Amino acid sequence: MASAVVLLAQGGQEVVEGSAAHASFDPLLPGLIVLLPLIGFLVNGALALSHAKKSADAVRVGEEYDPHTGSGGGRDLTHTLPSWIGPGVMLGAFILVLANFARMFGADLHDPVVLEYWTWMATGTLEVSVSLQLDPLSMIMMLVITGVGFLIHVFSVGYMKDDVGYPRYFAYLNLFVFFMLVLVMGANLPLLFVGWEGVGLCSYLLIGFWFGDREKSDAGKKAFIVNRIGDFGFLIAMFLLFTVFGTLDFVAINAGAEASLVYGGAMVTAITLFMLLGASGKSAQIPLYVWLPDAMAGPTPVSALIHAATMVTAGVYLVARTSVLFALSPVGSVTVAGIGAATALFAATIALVQTDIKKVLAYSTVSQLGYMFLGVGVGAYAAGVFHLMTHAFFKALLFLGSGAVIHSMHHAYHATHSHEDAQDMRNMGGLRRYMPWTALFMWIATLAIAGIWPFAGFFSKDEIIWYAGASAVGPFAPLYTVFWVVALAAAMLTAFYMTRMMVMTFHGANRTGEEERGHLHEAPLTMTVPLSILAFLSIFGGWINVPEKIRTSFLGGGGALPMSEWLHDWLDPVVHAAVVVREEALVAAGALAGQEHHYGFLEHAPVGGGELTWALISTLLAAAVVAGTFILGARWAIRPAKESAPLAGVKKLLYDKWYVDEFYDAVVVKPILGTSRFLWRWIDRGIDFVVGGVGGVTKGVGWVGSLVQTGSVNVYAFVLTAGVLVILWFTRF
Amino acid sequence: MTALLNAVAYDAWVLHALVWLPLVGMAWVLASSEEQAKHVAFRVSTALFVLSLGLWSAFEPGSAELQFASSTPWIDAWGIDYALGLDGLSLVLVLLTTFTMPLAILGSFRYIETKQKGFYALMLLLQTGVVGVFAASDLFLFYVFFELTLVPMYFIVGIWGGERRVYAAVKFFLYTAFGSLLMLVAILYLYVQTRGDLGYASFAFADLAQANLSLNEQLWLFSAFALAFAIKVPVFPLHTWLPDAHVQAPTPGSVVLAAVLLKMGTYGFVRFLLPFFPEAAQHPTVVTVMIVLGVIGIVYAAWVAAVQPDAKKLVAYTSVAHMGFVVVGVFALTVNGLQGAIMVMIAHGVSTGALFLLLGMLYERRHTREIADFGGLGRAAPWLATAFVITALASIGLPGTSGFPGEFLALLGLFETHPVLGVIAATGVIFAAYYMLPMVQRIFFNALDRDENREVEDLSGREIAVLAPLVAAMIVLGVFPNAVFERTEPTVRAVLERVEAAAPAPAVEIGMDTTDTDEEGGR
Repeated sequence: MASAVVLLAQGGQEVVEGSAAHASFDPLLPGLIVLLPLIGFLVNGALALSHAKKSADAVRVGEEYDPHTGSGGGRDLTHTLPSWIGPGVMLGAFILVLANFARMFGADLHDPVVLEYWTWMATGTLEVSVSLQLDPLSMIMMLVITGVGFLIHVFSVGYMKDDVGYPRYFAYLNLFVFFMLVLVMGANLPLLFVGWEGVGLCSYLLIGFWFGDREKSDAGKKAFIVNRIGDFGFLIAMFLLFTVFGTLDFVAINAGAEASLVYGGAMVTAITLFMLLGASGKSAQIPLYVWLPDAMAGPTPVSALIHAATMVTAGVYLVARTSVLFALSPVGSVTVAGIGAATALFAATIALVQTDIKKVLAYSTVSQLGYMFLGVGVGAYAAGVFHLMTHAFFKALLFLGSGAVIHSMHHAYHATHSHEDAQDMRNMGGLRRYMPWTALFMWIATLAIAGIWPFAGFFSKDEIIWYAGASAVGPFAPLYTVFWVVALAAAMLTAFYMTRMMVMTFHGANRTGEEERGHLHEAPLTMTVPLSILAFLSIFGGWINVPEKIRTSFLGGGGALPMSEWLHDWLDPVVHAAVVVREEALVAAGALAGQEHHYGFLEHAPVGGGELTWALISTLLAAAVVAGTFILGARWAIRPAKESAPLAGVKKLLYDKWYVDEFYDAVVVKPILGTSRFLWRWIDRGIDFVVGGVGGVTKGVGWVGSLVQTGSVNVYAFVLTAGVLVILWFTRF
Repeated sequence: MTALLNAVAYDAWVLHALVWLPLVGMAWVLASSEEQAKHVAFRVSTALFVLSLGLWSAFEPGSAELQFASSTPWIDAWGIDYALGLDGLSLVLVLLTTFTMPLAILGSFRYIETKQKGFYALMLLLQTGVVGVFAASDLFLFYVFFELTLVPMYFIVGIWGGERRVYAAVKFFLYTAFGSLLMLVAILYLYVQTRGDLGYASFAFADLAQANLSLNEQLWLFSAFALAFAIKVPVFPLHTWLPDAHVQAPTPGSVVLAAVLLKMGTYGFVRFLLPFFPEAAQHPTVVTVMIVLGVIGIVYAAWVAAVQPDAKKLVAYTSVAHMGFVVVGVFALTVNGLQGAIMVMIAHGVSTGALFLLLGMLYERRHTREIADFGGLGRAAPWLATAFVITALASIGLPGTSGFPGEFLALLGLFETHPVLGVIAATGVIFAAYYMLPMVQRIFFNALDRDENREVEDLSGREIAVLAPLVAAMIVLGVFPNAVFERTEPTVRAVLERVEAAAPAPAVEIGMDTTDTDEEGGR
């Protein structure tokens, strides 16, 4: 009797637990969130294909089909419907995400909600299902993807409406969002990988969107192939995980990690390092960052959405998603942090001297992604995700703003049939007079990325820098100290190159040209409204996660903000285990003995000083750099691109990106191509000769060839089979 | 659906029909006019595909037993039966064949301009041979069908092929005939041995698998069978006949060659090498040699493919690379490896078949296969470009398409038993992008700067009808691959159990799958 009660109680408890979790967070149509962009892709794709037929017919007679003067003088349906469908499905998805976000509040989020749809691969030992996972981390990503994504879709309506490939553009963009959502919602690694390679595909298609241009299609191809190198690492990491866990589901891996893997063991280190290879491909980190600057060949809103706000952060997401594994591997973690710090500094040096506005932003993105890697590498997973989010706001704003600038410059040059470079900042200058709103919004983003209080980037970047210093304990303490200094230095470079970009673009005298100047104009509302919303988020977006010590200080308005560290608390269910693993290991090693610490992070920087002190120092330094650059920038003698002298010395080295592309070309690309040719011309033909019985086949061919001449091929060929059949026929009876 | 199939008693007769009706169709083709021949052939093969579709529904997943089986004594004195039957492995390959044939025929309407009656008659003869190979459950019958496929293919290349067609056809014939003859000797030895062990003559697969062979005998027989199949697959370094055959073959010939004929070799690996000679098949040296050859095939063929100026030759080499995934998957001797290998067979059939069809369409328009002659076709023929890009992505294993599950599992299976070789093989995913994307770029992207390319027409209705089912199959197989896995799992398990049962003591580690077989079986 007693045992029956215990059984009942146990059974009941489980049910209660399960049902409680469901009752507390009941997701609203999560499948539809993913499905909406897919529907958008299918509809826009169908429109694109139907338009393509007409366009191709025009190409054949040597004309360019103009969809804007279709039947009846209006636009073709193929060029009006996508304006509604593209952003429409995004708005729908965003609203659904918000509804689910609202439902998550107050719910027990300790365990993720996993919804299984169908079995994808069940081989007998491996079982992978198509399952979506909703938890605080995927929710933050979904909010960014659909929210910022929606704004960029709206912006695209204004930016791309005159392009012949308009419906194709929205088809790719919607498809991208679909895969990105699969990436962050997939409940297992293979499904994440579907999204992972899927967004890579869309990136490839969109970088090479204007595929008629060799340079652009080359850039797309480069992105795909370099990413595949990373994907190779991802695959190996999955294989290793399968041999350890027998499953690739996140829930099972995270739950079993501590029991199945030895802390600091070779296995978990191998897993994390292969994963890092994958992450560094997608997130453009050293050594695989080389594709991202080239990716700027795509339309600018694509750079904003894919190559700044969402896809390139997938590597950061991956580390956060599998944070327990990284926490179990100090070597893996320090490598992530080191790669991040090195990339942050390295990319920033290149950004210092670029003259193409998008190239500055591209290297800036690589650099900021480095910060995120530093964050998740030192074990501050929430800080990494925090910077991911604020970066999505201000970098999307910067890219879209640069898009508005390029759009305007392009129109000006187009109007005068000039072939000057519309992206070269040396051809800009003084644009604030023609595009005041764009200038204002981009200044907001610039202050945010430079880490100026109280803009969003200040809180997120400063937190990463702080944690890098605060994590300088344990065996790798000196390294973390170096990372901290590097991160501080890179922040100063950031403040410089961003201000330089703003000065060259918006201030001083205009260098566009006498005639062209009259055609410069502010962007239309479809473009400026999304900019304004992103500007709002770039100011206030950081306030959701102000550290308690700063919130209560004068930098936090003396406690005026209602909440502190909200994002940390929100993400806690996802990263808690990892944070604890790290802390316990440090405690066990005695590294924290006698030191004040908070979850294993020191309360002081490596050279002394607390969180508030260093926050103040870094923002004051950044502000000084911004102000100094702005004042000095007014005196720069900048000439239009065609009148500029070529660079020399260090500037040239930086301008030419340290010649890394040339190095890779000489050390990787050319040798592989050369070997391939050698294998084909010598080895393959050699095999042909040797395996063919040292020319026996050739002789045989000669002999049979003579039969052919006499028309007796049939006889020869039938000998074997027909002969056997005839023999059988006779033996049968 | 099942009720309907029950009502018509969907059993053994369907297999007889699928094997022999192509011959009836062949007679019909020969009796019809030159203009009508292609339509007749298409109708017959389409009807056969529809007929075969019912097999998918009527097939009971979860059983390794032969279904739709029948056996009639054929040559009593020698114990030869006319025996057909399907397990999961044969089922998917029969369906791959019946699915591909009508599309290959429809795809040749414009390409084949001369001696059409003969051509379409041979295509149907080929279908009989291939379906027979996959459906036979008697080794002698298998061998007859195996050899039968050689004849029509030989003529298809030799008569309707390109400039060096005779060279290519004879090379193809000599290579494969050489392998088959060795296999014939091995079959006869195996047969004699089995007759001695069992006390009665039989060529039935099930009986031959029980032959009591010493390890030494197994190794010899294994080698003979393996050589025959390895030439067919083809496994590096026996692959050099394939690029020649593909380049010279007419489009439909290449399609059938890539989509189904190569699979006869890999089918032989799984059907015979593992269950008949289990000790030899798990002998460390044998396993290592086969896997190393597979890995070399994956990497080497990818590199050689990347520098081909001829698009068709490029795709031919990619076949060698893909078949490398099958080889490593099979000899990983794990559930995942074998499941992956089978899936790669199907995926490769669909995507490479489609690639050859697409290249044929380009050839019909431009009368060239040189990649450098194209450029910018994405603007002149956007539908063709779209179909090509999707197919190329499926071919390089983009997740969500048919190419991914098989490659992923074959590599995973290999990694489970041979981690280092698994890592090397996995570099194949990088090199796949390295050979495929530049070709796509140079044909469809870049400037549309030649008048000949500007005039290239987009897909016709017929061509859309050819490509649409293939593209759909790429997506469906990528999204719902489990429909295949659940049907092939029992076969895979049976094969591995057979291998494991023959494992020398102490038991050879053949992967984690075998330890929990009982639990899984009870599930």
